[in-house]
Amino acid sequence: MGVAVLLKQVPDTTAKISVSGSRVDESAITKWAISPYDEYALESAVALKESGMDELVAITCGPQRASKCLTEAASVGADRLIHILTDADFMDSCTLQSILSSAIQRSGCDIVLCGKQAADTNSGSTGPGVASLLGYTCVGSVTEISMDGGKISATRLGNTGLEKIEVAGPCVFTFDKGEVELRRPNVRGIMMAKKKPIESIGTKELGIEIGSPKASLKSHFSPPEKPPGQKFEGAGSIEIVVGKLRDEANVI
Amino acid sequence: MDITIISEANNDSLHPVTAQMVGAASSIGGPISVICPGGFGSVEAAKIAGVSKVISVEGDCFDSYDSMAWSGAIEPFIEGDLVLTSSSTLGREISSAIAAKKGFPVVQDITSLNDGISVTRSIFSGKAIEEVEVSVPCALSIRANAFQPAEVGGEAAISTVNVSQQVSVAVKEALAKAGERLDVAEADIVISGGRGMGNPSNFSHLYELADEIGAAVGASRAAVDTWEEIPHSMQVGQTGKTVTPNLYIAVGISGAIQHLAGMRSSKYILAINKDPEAPIFGVADYGIVATWEESIPALKEHLSAIMSD
Repeated sequence: MGVAVLLKQVPDTTAKISVSGSRVDESAITKWAISPYDEYALESAVALKESGMDELVAITCGPQRASKCLTEAASVGADRLIHILTDADFMDSCTLQSILSSAIQRSGCDIVLCGKQAADTNSGSTGPGVASLLGYTCVGSVTEISMDGGKISATRLGNTGLEKIEVAGPCVFTFDKGEVELRRPNVRGIMMAKKKPIESIGTKELGIEIGSPKASLKSHFSPPEKPPGQKFEGAGSIEIVVGKLRDEANVI
Repeated sequence: MDITIISEANNDSLHPVTAQMVGAASSIGGPISVICPGGFGSVEAAKIAGVSKVISVEGDCFDSYDSMAWSGAIEPFIEGDLVLTSSSTLGREISSAIAAKKGFPVVQDITSLNDGISVTRSIFSGKAIEEVEVSVPCALSIRANAFQPAEVGGEAAISTVNVSQQVSVAVKEALAKAGERLDVAEADIVISGGRGMGNPSNFSHLYELADEIGAAVGASRAAVDTWEEIPHSMQVGQTGKTVTPNLYIAVGISGAIQHLAGMRSSKYILAINKDPEAPIFGVADYGIVATWEESIPALKEHLSAIMSD
Protein backbone atom coordinates (compact mmCIF):
# COMPACT_ATOMS: atom_id res chain seq x y z
CA MET A 1 0.00 0.00 0.00
CA GLY A 2 1.42 3.36 -1.05
CA VAL A 3 0.99 6.83 0.37
CA ALA A 4 0.71 9.95 -1.78
CA VAL A 5 1.39 13.45 -0.56
CA LEU A 6 0.05 16.48 -2.43
CA LEU A 7 2.37 19.48 -2.31
CA LYS A 8 1.71 23.01 -3.47
CA GLN A 9 4.38 25.59 -4.04
CA VAL A 10 3.44 29.02 -2.68
CA PRO A 11 5.26 32.28 -1.99
CA ASP A 12 7.09 32.06 1.34
CA THR A 13 4.74 33.35 4.05
CA THR A 14 7.15 36.19 4.84
CA ALA A 15 6.86 37.49 1.25
CA LYS A 16 5.26 40.82 0.61
CA ILE A 17 2.46 40.47 -1.94
CA SER A 18 2.14 43.34 -4.39
CA VAL A 19 -0.43 43.76 -7.12
CA SER A 20 0.39 45.21 -10.50
CA GLY A 21 -1.98 45.39 -13.46
CA SER A 22 -4.77 43.65 -11.49
CA ARG A 23 -2.61 40.55 -10.90
CA VAL A 24 -0.38 39.54 -8.00
CA ASP A 25 3.12 40.37 -9.18
CA GLU A 26 4.90 37.00 -9.15
CA SER A 27 8.17 38.48 -10.37
CA ALA A 28 8.42 40.39 -7.08
CA ILE A 29 8.34 37.14 -5.11
CA THR A 30 11.87 36.01 -4.38
CA LYS A 31 11.25 32.93 -2.27
CA TRP A 32 8.89 30.05 -2.97
CA ALA A 33 8.26 27.21 -0.55
CA ILE A 34 6.08 24.19 0.12
CA SER A 35 2.81 25.47 1.58
CA PRO A 36 3.17 25.23 5.39
CA TYR A 37 0.29 22.80 6.06
CA ASP A 38 1.55 20.58 3.23
CA GLU A 39 4.87 20.37 5.09
CA TYR A 40 3.07 18.74 8.00
CA ALA A 41 1.45 16.32 5.55
CA LEU A 42 4.87 15.52 4.08
CA GLU A 43 6.40 14.92 7.51
CA SER A 44 3.57 12.55 8.40
CA ALA A 45 3.81 10.78 5.06
CA VAL A 46 7.50 10.12 5.67
CA ALA A 47 6.64 8.76 9.14
CA LEU A 48 3.96 6.47 7.64
CA LYS A 49 6.45 5.15 5.12
CA GLU A 50 8.92 4.45 7.91
CA SER A 51 6.25 2.51 9.76
CA GLY A 52 5.86 0.14 6.85
CA MET A 53 4.04 1.60 3.86
CA ASP A 54 5.44 0.48 0.54
CA GLU A 55 6.08 3.67 -1.28
CA LEU A 56 5.85 7.44 -0.81
CA VAL A 57 4.76 9.34 -3.91
CA ALA A 58 5.00 13.15 -3.94
CA ILE A 59 2.69 14.92 -6.37
CA THR A 60 2.59 18.57 -7.34
CA CYS A 61 0.64 20.50 -9.95
CA GLY A 62 1.98 23.79 -11.22
CA PRO A 63 4.57 25.53 -13.39
CA GLN A 64 8.18 24.43 -13.83
CA ARG A 65 9.37 26.14 -10.63
CA ALA A 66 7.11 23.84 -8.56
CA SER A 67 9.42 20.88 -9.18
CA LYS A 68 11.55 22.22 -6.31
CA CYS A 69 8.86 20.98 -3.88
CA LEU A 70 9.33 17.48 -5.22
CA THR A 71 13.11 17.57 -4.84
CA GLU A 72 12.65 18.76 -1.28
CA ALA A 73 10.24 15.90 -0.65
CA ALA A 74 12.77 13.47 -2.09
CA SER A 75 15.45 14.81 0.26
CA VAL A 76 13.41 13.64 3.26
CA GLY A 77 12.36 10.32 1.76
CA ALA A 78 9.85 10.51 -1.12
CA ASP A 79 10.40 7.58 -3.52
CA ARG A 80 8.57 8.80 -6.60
CA LEU A 81 8.05 12.33 -7.82
CA ILE A 82 5.19 13.32 -10.10
CA HIS A 83 4.89 16.81 -11.56
CA ILE A 84 1.76 17.73 -13.47
CA LEU A 85 2.92 20.68 -15.52
CA THR A 86 0.44 23.50 -15.92
CA ASP A 87 0.93 27.17 -16.58
CA ALA A 88 -2.53 28.40 -15.68
CA ASP A 89 -2.44 31.26 -13.18
CA PHE A 90 -5.91 30.28 -12.00
CA MET A 91 -7.70 26.96 -12.11
CA ASP A 92 -11.26 26.19 -11.08
CA SER A 93 -11.74 23.54 -8.40
CA CYS A 94 -13.25 21.00 -10.84
CA THR A 95 -10.25 21.07 -13.17
CA LEU A 96 -7.61 20.97 -10.44
CA GLN A 97 -9.32 18.19 -8.53
CA SER A 98 -9.81 16.01 -11.59
CA ILE A 99 -6.12 16.44 -12.47
CA LEU A 100 -5.01 15.48 -8.96
CA SER A 101 -7.44 12.55 -8.64
CA SER A 102 -6.30 11.17 -11.92
CA ALA A 103 -2.63 11.47 -10.86
CA ILE A 104 -3.41 9.75 -7.55
CA GLN A 105 -5.18 6.93 -9.37
CA ARG A 106 -2.19 6.51 -11.65
CA SER A 107 0.13 6.36 -8.62
CA GLY A 108 -1.94 3.51 -7.19
CA CYS A 109 -1.95 5.06 -3.70
CA ASP A 110 -5.01 4.72 -1.54
CA ILE A 111 -3.76 6.84 1.34
CA VAL A 112 -3.41 10.52 0.46
CA LEU A 113 -2.05 13.30 2.66
CA CYS A 114 -2.23 17.04 2.02
CA GLY A 115 -2.49 20.35 3.88
CA LYS A 116 -5.90 21.50 5.11
CA GLN A 117 -5.55 24.56 2.89
CA ALA A 118 -2.88 26.31 0.84
CA ALA A 119 -1.19 29.46 2.12
CA ASP A 120 -1.90 31.40 -1.08
CA THR A 121 -5.55 30.69 -1.93
CA ASN A 122 -6.61 29.78 1.63
CA SER A 123 -9.43 27.63 0.25
CA GLY A 124 -9.27 24.09 1.60
CA SER A 125 -11.29 22.57 -1.26
CA THR A 126 -8.69 20.18 -2.62
CA GLY A 127 -8.56 17.45 0.06
CA PRO A 128 -12.30 16.81 0.44
CA GLY A 129 -12.92 17.43 -3.28
CA VAL A 130 -10.35 14.87 -4.37
CA ALA A 131 -11.67 12.38 -1.79
CA SER A 132 -15.16 12.87 -3.13
CA LEU A 133 -14.08 12.28 -6.75
CA LEU A 134 -12.08 9.17 -5.84
CA GLY A 135 -14.75 7.78 -3.51
CA TYR A 136 -12.29 7.85 -0.60
CA THR A 137 -13.05 8.75 3.00
CA CYS A 138 -11.80 12.16 4.11
CA VAL A 139 -10.52 13.18 7.53
CA GLY A 140 -9.72 16.87 8.01
CA SER A 141 -7.66 18.95 10.47
CA VAL A 142 -5.36 16.04 11.35
CA THR A 143 -2.38 16.68 13.63
CA GLU A 144 -1.03 13.15 14.08
CA ILE A 145 -1.28 9.90 12.18
CA SER A 146 -0.07 6.36 12.67
CA MET A 147 -0.57 2.96 11.12
CA ASP A 148 -1.31 -0.25 12.94
CA GLY A 149 -2.01 -3.35 10.89
CA GLY A 150 -4.21 -2.30 7.98
CA LYS A 151 -5.82 0.49 9.93
CA ILE A 152 -4.82 4.10 10.21
CA SER A 153 -5.47 6.09 13.35
CA ALA A 154 -5.29 9.84 13.46
CA THR A 155 -5.81 12.70 15.86
CA ARG A 156 -8.07 15.36 14.45
CA LEU A 157 -9.64 18.54 15.64
CA GLY A 158 -13.34 17.69 15.19
CA ASN A 159 -16.39 19.86 15.84
CA THR A 160 -16.54 18.82 19.45
CA GLY A 161 -12.83 18.84 20.23
CA LEU A 162 -9.70 16.80 19.73
CA GLU A 163 -10.52 13.20 18.80
CA LYS A 164 -8.68 10.01 18.07
CA ILE A 165 -10.26 8.36 15.04
CA GLU A 166 -9.69 5.21 13.01
CA VAL A 167 -10.20 4.59 9.32
CA ALA A 168 -10.00 1.40 7.30
CA GLY A 169 -9.71 1.69 3.53
CA PRO A 170 -8.78 4.45 1.12
CA CYS A 171 -8.68 7.89 2.70
CA VAL A 172 -7.54 11.48 2.22
CA PHE A 173 -6.16 13.14 5.36
CA THR A 174 -5.80 16.92 5.43
CA PHE A 175 -3.25 18.30 7.89
CA ASP A 176 -3.24 21.09 10.39
CA LYS A 177 -0.20 22.37 12.24
CA GLY A 178 0.43 20.08 15.19
CA GLU A 179 3.10 19.23 17.71
CA VAL A 180 5.03 17.23 15.13
CA GLU A 181 8.59 18.42 14.58
CA LEU A 182 9.46 18.84 10.88
CA ARG A 183 12.63 17.01 9.93
CA ARG A 184 15.47 18.69 8.06
CA PRO A 185 17.07 16.78 5.22
CA ASN A 186 20.63 15.58 5.76
CA VAL A 187 23.41 16.07 3.22
CA ARG A 188 23.06 12.55 1.84
CA GLY A 189 19.33 13.11 1.41
CA ILE A 190 19.91 16.34 -0.47
CA MET A 191 22.52 14.73 -2.78
CA MET A 192 20.29 11.73 -3.53
CA ALA A 193 17.29 14.00 -4.17
CA LYS A 194 19.17 15.95 -6.84
CA LYS A 195 19.57 12.75 -8.84
CA LYS A 196 16.01 11.54 -8.37
CA PRO A 197 14.08 11.71 -11.65
CA ILE A 198 10.87 13.72 -11.78
CA GLU A 199 8.04 12.25 -13.82
CA SER A 200 6.74 15.26 -15.69
CA ILE A 201 3.31 14.77 -17.21
CA GLY A 202 0.88 17.00 -19.02
CA THR A 203 -2.83 17.13 -18.34
CA LYS A 204 -3.54 15.43 -21.70
CA GLU A 205 -1.55 12.36 -20.66
CA LEU A 206 -3.78 12.15 -17.62
CA GLY A 207 -6.78 12.12 -19.90
CA ILE A 208 -7.96 15.55 -18.77
CA GLU A 209 -9.43 17.83 -21.39
CA ILE A 210 -9.38 21.37 -20.09
CA GLY A 211 -12.62 22.89 -21.32
CA SER A 212 -14.01 26.32 -20.65
CA PRO A 213 -13.38 27.24 -17.01
CA LYS A 214 -16.26 27.12 -14.54
CA ALA A 215 -14.65 29.85 -12.47
CA SER A 216 -12.25 32.51 -13.67
CA LEU A 217 -10.14 35.19 -12.11
CA LYS A 218 -11.28 38.72 -12.91
CA SER A 219 -8.77 40.67 -10.86
CA HIS A 220 -6.49 40.85 -7.88
CA PHE A 221 -6.28 43.98 -5.81
CA SER A 222 -4.58 45.15 -2.64
CA PRO A 223 -6.60 45.55 0.53
CA PRO A 224 -7.63 49.17 1.09
CA GLU A 225 -4.93 51.20 2.83
CA LYS A 226 -5.80 52.44 6.27
CA PRO A 227 -5.33 56.08 7.17
CA PRO A 228 -2.53 56.53 9.72
CA GLY A 229 -3.65 55.90 13.27
CA GLN A 230 -3.29 57.91 16.45
CA LYS A 231 -0.33 57.19 18.70
CA PHE A 232 -0.01 57.77 22.43
CA GLU A 233 2.83 57.57 24.94
CA GLY A 234 2.57 55.56 28.12
CA ALA A 235 -0.12 53.58 29.92
CA GLY A 236 -1.50 56.83 31.33
CA SER A 237 -3.13 57.42 27.94
CA ILE A 238 -5.29 54.30 28.20
CA GLU A 239 -8.24 56.13 29.68
CA ILE A 240 -8.25 58.51 26.70
CA VAL A 241 -7.94 55.66 24.19
CA VAL A 242 -10.73 53.66 25.80
CA GLY A 243 -12.89 56.79 25.55
CA LYS A 244 -12.08 57.00 21.84
CA LEU A 245 -12.93 53.33 21.33
CA ARG A 246 -16.37 54.15 22.69
CA ASP A 247 -16.98 57.60 21.19
CA GLU A 248 -15.04 57.61 17.90
CA ALA A 249 -14.96 53.96 16.96
CA ASN A 250 -18.17 52.83 18.63
CA VAL A 251 -16.81 49.34 19.12
CA ILE A 252 -17.38 48.98 22.85
CA MET B 1 -32.34 30.89 -9.31
CA ASP B 2 -33.07 28.06 -6.86
CA ILE B 3 -30.77 28.38 -3.89
CA THR B 4 -29.95 25.68 -1.34
CA ILE B 5 -28.38 26.64 1.96
CA ILE B 6 -26.73 24.05 4.18
CA SER B 7 -27.17 25.36 7.69
CA GLU B 8 -24.46 25.58 10.30
CA ALA B 9 -25.17 24.39 13.81
CA ASN B 10 -23.76 25.54 17.10
CA ASN B 11 -24.24 22.41 19.23
CA ASP B 12 -28.03 21.84 19.00
CA SER B 13 -28.98 25.31 17.88
CA LEU B 14 -28.54 27.32 14.73
CA HIS B 15 -25.31 29.25 14.21
CA PRO B 16 -25.89 32.96 13.40
CA VAL B 17 -24.04 32.52 10.08
CA THR B 18 -27.11 30.67 8.76
CA ALA B 19 -29.21 33.87 8.77
CA GLN B 20 -26.26 35.61 7.07
CA MET B 21 -26.34 32.96 4.31
CA VAL B 22 -30.04 33.68 3.83
CA GLY B 23 -29.18 37.39 3.70
CA ALA B 24 -26.56 36.73 1.02
CA ALA B 25 -28.95 34.48 -0.94
CA SER B 26 -31.72 37.11 -0.86
CA SER B 27 -29.46 39.50 -2.74
CA ILE B 28 -29.37 37.02 -5.64
CA GLY B 29 -33.09 36.24 -5.49
CA GLY B 30 -35.05 33.04 -6.00
CA PRO B 31 -36.63 30.42 -3.75
CA ILE B 32 -34.37 29.53 -0.81
CA SER B 33 -34.43 26.14 0.83
CA VAL B 34 -32.39 25.35 3.92
CA ILE B 35 -31.04 21.87 4.64
CA CYS B 36 -30.32 21.20 8.31
CA PRO B 37 -27.82 18.30 8.63
CA GLY B 38 -28.78 16.13 11.59
CA GLY B 39 -31.89 18.27 12.03
CA PHE B 40 -30.03 20.74 14.27
CA GLY B 41 -31.67 24.17 14.35
CA SER B 42 -34.43 23.35 11.84
CA VAL B 43 -37.15 25.09 13.85
CA GLU B 44 -35.06 28.26 14.08
CA ALA B 45 -34.17 28.05 10.37
CA ALA B 46 -37.87 27.97 9.43
CA LYS B 47 -38.35 31.31 11.18
CA ILE B 48 -35.78 33.19 9.10
CA ALA B 49 -37.51 35.59 6.72
CA GLY B 50 -37.07 34.64 3.07
CA VAL B 51 -36.72 30.89 3.59
CA SER B 52 -39.28 28.98 1.53
CA LYS B 53 -38.68 25.52 2.94
CA VAL B 54 -36.57 23.64 5.46
CA ILE B 55 -35.42 20.07 5.01
CA SER B 56 -34.32 18.41 8.22
CA VAL B 57 -32.02 15.57 7.16
CA GLU B 58 -31.71 13.14 10.03
CA GLY B 59 -29.97 9.81 10.58
CA ASP B 60 -27.38 7.93 12.64
CA CYS B 61 -24.59 9.18 10.38
CA PHE B 62 -24.88 12.62 12.00
CA ASP B 63 -23.90 11.26 15.45
CA SER B 64 -20.21 11.73 14.68
CA TYR B 65 -18.42 13.63 11.94
CA ASP B 66 -17.53 11.96 8.67
CA SER B 67 -17.50 14.62 5.93
CA MET B 68 -18.16 12.14 3.12
CA ALA B 69 -21.03 10.46 4.98
CA TRP B 70 -22.59 13.83 5.79
CA SER B 71 -22.27 15.16 2.26
CA GLY B 72 -23.53 11.87 0.83
CA ALA B 73 -26.60 12.11 3.06
CA ILE B 74 -27.30 15.73 2.16
CA GLU B 75 -26.57 15.68 -1.56
CA PRO B 76 -29.80 14.02 -2.80
CA PHE B 77 -31.85 16.87 -1.30
CA ILE B 78 -30.01 19.66 -3.07
CA GLU B 79 -32.19 21.11 -5.80
CA GLY B 80 -30.61 24.52 -6.11
CA ASP B 81 -28.16 25.76 -8.73
CA LEU B 82 -26.45 27.76 -6.04
CA VAL B 83 -25.36 25.92 -2.89
CA LEU B 84 -24.26 27.98 0.11
CA THR B 85 -22.44 26.84 3.25
CA SER B 86 -20.51 28.65 5.94
CA SER B 87 -16.73 28.82 5.55
CA SER B 88 -16.12 27.00 8.83
CA THR B 89 -13.94 23.90 8.54
CA LEU B 90 -17.08 21.79 8.31
CA GLY B 91 -18.73 24.11 5.80
CA ARG B 92 -15.70 24.04 3.53
CA GLU B 93 -15.42 20.26 3.65
CA ILE B 94 -19.10 19.71 2.96
CA SER B 95 -19.24 22.25 0.13
CA SER B 96 -16.09 20.83 -1.49
CA ALA B 97 -17.35 17.26 -1.30
CA ILE B 98 -20.79 18.11 -2.66
CA ALA B 99 -19.40 20.35 -5.40
CA ALA B 100 -17.02 17.60 -6.54
CA LYS B 101 -19.84 15.04 -6.58
CA LYS B 102 -22.09 17.29 -8.61
CA GLY B 103 -19.38 18.68 -10.88
CA PHE B 104 -19.95 22.22 -9.57
CA PRO B 105 -17.07 24.63 -9.07
CA VAL B 106 -16.61 25.72 -5.45
CA VAL B 107 -15.28 29.04 -4.18
CA GLN B 108 -14.54 29.31 -0.47
CA ASP B 109 -14.77 32.01 2.14
CA ILE B 110 -16.36 34.73 0.03
CA THR B 111 -16.86 38.20 1.51
CA SER B 112 -19.12 39.62 -1.20
CA LEU B 113 -21.56 38.14 -3.68
CA ASN B 114 -22.96 39.85 -6.75
CA ASP B 115 -25.29 38.82 -9.51
CA GLY B 116 -23.55 37.27 -12.37
CA ILE B 117 -22.10 35.47 -10.29
CA SER B 118 -19.08 37.38 -9.14
CA VAL B 119 -17.53 37.05 -5.69
CA THR B 120 -14.62 38.54 -3.77
CA ARG B 121 -12.45 36.77 -1.22
CA SER B 122 -9.18 37.43 0.49
CA ILE B 123 -6.07 35.51 -0.51
CA PHE B 124 -2.65 35.18 1.14
CA SER B 125 -4.62 35.52 4.40
CA GLY B 126 -5.56 39.08 3.59
CA LYS B 127 -2.43 40.36 1.85
CA ALA B 128 -4.52 40.63 -1.33
CA ILE B 129 -8.11 40.26 -2.51
CA GLU B 130 -9.35 38.44 -5.59
CA GLU B 131 -12.48 38.83 -7.62
CA VAL B 132 -13.70 35.61 -9.22
CA GLU B 133 -16.45 35.02 -11.74
CA VAL B 134 -18.23 31.71 -11.21
CA SER B 135 -20.56 29.93 -13.61
CA VAL B 136 -23.86 28.52 -12.34
CA PRO B 137 -24.46 25.88 -10.96
CA CYS B 138 -21.87 26.32 -8.22
CA ALA B 139 -21.15 26.05 -4.52
CA LEU B 140 -19.92 28.94 -2.36
CA SER B 141 -18.96 29.17 1.27
CA ILE B 142 -19.43 32.50 2.99
CA ARG B 143 -17.29 34.11 5.67
CA ALA B 144 -19.04 34.68 8.99
CA ASN B 145 -19.99 38.31 9.70
CA ALA B 146 -19.35 39.42 6.11
CA PHE B 147 -23.05 39.50 5.11
CA GLN B 148 -26.09 41.17 6.67
CA PRO B 149 -28.29 38.53 8.28
CA ALA B 150 -31.88 38.07 7.14
CA GLU B 151 -34.44 39.06 9.74
CA VAL B 152 -36.50 36.72 11.86
CA GLY B 153 -40.11 36.46 10.73
CA GLY B 154 -40.60 33.55 8.36
CA GLU B 155 -42.86 30.56 8.61
CA ALA B 156 -41.38 27.99 6.28
CA ALA B 157 -42.64 24.40 6.29
CA ILE B 158 -40.23 21.82 7.71
CA SER B 159 -40.01 18.41 6.10
CA THR B 160 -38.07 15.71 7.87
CA VAL B 161 -36.28 12.96 6.00
CA ASN B 162 -34.50 9.97 7.48
CA VAL B 163 -31.39 8.80 5.74
CA SER B 164 -28.89 6.06 6.28
CA GLN B 165 -25.31 6.39 5.18
CA GLN B 166 -22.26 4.27 5.80
CA VAL B 167 -19.83 5.93 8.23
CA SER B 168 -16.13 5.17 7.64
CA VAL B 169 -14.55 7.34 10.33
CA ALA B 170 -14.73 5.65 13.73
CA VAL B 171 -14.24 7.92 16.74
CA LYS B 172 -12.16 5.94 19.25
CA GLU B 173 -11.54 8.47 21.94
CA ALA B 174 -12.32 12.09 22.77
CA LEU B 175 -8.96 13.58 23.75
CA ALA B 176 -9.97 17.10 24.67
CA LYS B 177 -13.20 19.00 24.53
CA ALA B 178 -13.46 21.98 22.26
CA GLY B 179 -12.30 25.07 24.13
CA GLU B 180 -14.88 26.68 26.38
CA ARG B 181 -13.47 29.98 25.26
CA LEU B 182 -14.68 31.96 22.31
CA ASP B 183 -12.92 31.23 19.05
CA VAL B 184 -10.83 34.10 17.67
CA ALA B 185 -12.44 33.67 14.25
CA GLU B 186 -15.90 34.38 15.61
CA ALA B 187 -15.49 36.90 18.42
CA ASP B 188 -16.41 40.61 18.18
CA ILE B 189 -13.38 41.53 20.26
CA VAL B 190 -10.04 39.70 20.10
CA ILE B 191 -7.11 40.28 22.45
CA SER B 192 -3.86 38.75 21.23
CA GLY B 193 -0.55 38.40 22.95
CA GLY B 194 2.89 38.04 21.43
CA ARG B 195 6.34 37.14 22.61
CA GLY B 196 6.44 40.51 24.33
CA MET B 197 4.27 38.92 27.03
CA GLY B 198 7.54 37.48 28.37
CA ASN B 199 6.30 34.02 29.28
CA PRO B 200 3.15 31.97 28.63
CA SER B 201 1.85 32.21 32.19
CA ASN B 202 1.41 35.95 31.64
CA PHE B 203 -1.37 35.14 29.16
CA SER B 204 -3.55 34.66 32.27
CA HIS B 205 -3.77 38.47 32.39
CA LEU B 206 -5.14 38.47 28.84
CA TYR B 207 -7.70 35.76 29.73
CA GLU B 208 -8.85 37.77 32.75
CA LEU B 209 -9.31 40.87 30.65
CA ALA B 210 -11.04 38.85 27.92
CA ASP B 211 -13.47 37.32 30.39
CA GLU B 212 -14.27 40.76 31.72
CA ILE B 213 -15.25 42.14 28.31
CA GLY B 214 -16.40 39.00 26.46
CA ALA B 215 -13.44 38.75 24.12
CA ALA B 216 -11.50 35.86 22.60
CA VAL B 217 -7.78 35.46 23.20
CA GLY B 218 -5.40 35.01 20.28
CA ALA B 219 -1.65 34.85 19.86
CA SER B 220 1.07 35.61 17.36
CA ARG B 221 2.92 32.85 15.57
CA ALA B 222 6.06 33.70 17.54
CA ALA B 223 4.19 33.07 20.79
CA VAL B 224 2.67 29.79 19.53
CA ASP B 225 6.01 28.54 18.21
CA THR B 226 7.95 29.54 21.33
CA TRP B 227 5.59 28.29 24.04
CA GLU B 228 3.87 24.94 23.85
CA GLU B 229 1.27 26.14 26.38
CA ILE B 230 -0.14 28.41 23.67
CA PRO B 231 -2.04 26.16 21.21
CA HIS B 232 -2.06 26.66 17.45
CA SER B 233 -5.85 27.14 17.57
CA MET B 234 -5.10 30.59 19.04
CA GLN B 235 -2.74 31.63 16.27
CA VAL B 236 -3.77 34.65 14.24
CA GLY B 237 -1.99 35.12 10.92
CA GLN B 238 -1.11 33.45 7.68
CA THR B 239 -0.58 29.94 9.04
CA GLY B 240 -3.28 30.43 11.65
CA LYS B 241 -6.65 32.12 11.55
CA THR B 242 -7.72 35.21 9.66
CA VAL B 243 -9.85 37.37 11.91
CA THR B 244 -12.12 40.36 11.29
CA PRO B 245 -13.47 41.42 14.69
CA ASN B 246 -14.83 44.88 15.47
CA LEU B 247 -11.91 45.46 17.81
CA TYR B 248 -8.51 43.75 17.75
CA ILE B 249 -6.19 44.45 20.66
CA ALA B 250 -2.55 43.43 20.06
CA VAL B 251 -0.39 43.28 23.16
CA GLY B 252 3.35 42.75 22.95
CA ILE B 253 3.11 41.82 19.26
CA SER B 254 5.69 43.45 17.03
CA GLY B 255 3.69 42.81 13.85
CA ALA B 256 5.40 40.35 11.52
CA ILE B 257 3.97 40.45 8.00
CA GLN B 258 2.24 37.05 8.51
CA HIS B 259 0.47 38.37 11.58
CA LEU B 260 -0.60 41.63 9.94
CA ALA B 261 -2.10 39.62 7.07
CA GLY B 262 -4.40 37.76 9.44
CA MET B 263 -5.73 40.74 11.40
CA ARG B 264 -5.43 43.88 9.30
CA SER B 265 -9.06 43.69 8.14
CA SER B 266 -10.29 44.09 11.71
CA LYS B 267 -12.58 47.11 11.96
CA TYR B 268 -10.47 48.81 14.65
CA ILE B 269 -7.02 47.89 15.88
CA LEU B 270 -5.50 48.91 19.21
CA ALA B 271 -1.80 48.08 19.54
CA ILE B 272 0.16 48.15 22.77
CA ASN B 273 3.91 47.71 22.50
CA LYS B 274 6.85 49.11 24.37
CA ASP B 275 8.85 49.52 21.16
CA PRO B 276 7.70 52.73 19.43
CA GLU B 277 9.12 51.41 16.12
CA ALA B 278 7.12 48.14 16.13
CA PRO B 279 5.51 47.54 12.69
CA ILE B 280 2.16 46.78 14.38
CA PHE B 281 1.72 50.55 14.87
CA GLY B 282 1.60 50.89 11.08
CA VAL B 283 -1.82 49.17 10.91
CA ALA B 284 -3.17 50.33 14.29
CA ASP B 285 -5.96 52.89 14.57
CA TYR B 286 -4.83 53.53 18.12
CA GLY B 287 -1.28 52.84 19.28
CA ILE B 288 -0.01 53.04 22.83
CA VAL B 289 3.71 52.88 23.53
CA ALA B 290 3.78 51.12 26.90
CA THR B 291 4.53 47.79 28.56
CA TRP B 292 1.81 45.18 28.98
CA GLU B 293 2.43 45.16 32.74
CA GLU B 294 1.31 48.78 33.00
CA SER B 295 -1.35 48.64 30.29
CA ILE B 296 -3.45 45.59 31.06
CA PRO B 297 -4.57 46.66 34.56
CA ALA B 298 -5.47 50.11 33.19
CA LEU B 299 -7.31 48.61 30.21
CA LYS B 300 -9.23 46.30 32.50
CA GLU B 301 -10.24 49.13 34.78
CA HIS B 302 -11.41 51.50 32.06
CA LEU B 303 -12.95 48.94 29.69
CA SER B 304 -14.96 47.24 32.39
CA ALA B 305 -16.12 50.62 33.74
CA ILE B 306 -17.44 51.59 30.29
CA MET B 307 -18.88 48.22 29.39
CA SER B 308 -20.79 47.85 32.65
CA ASP B 309 -22.48 51.25 32.09
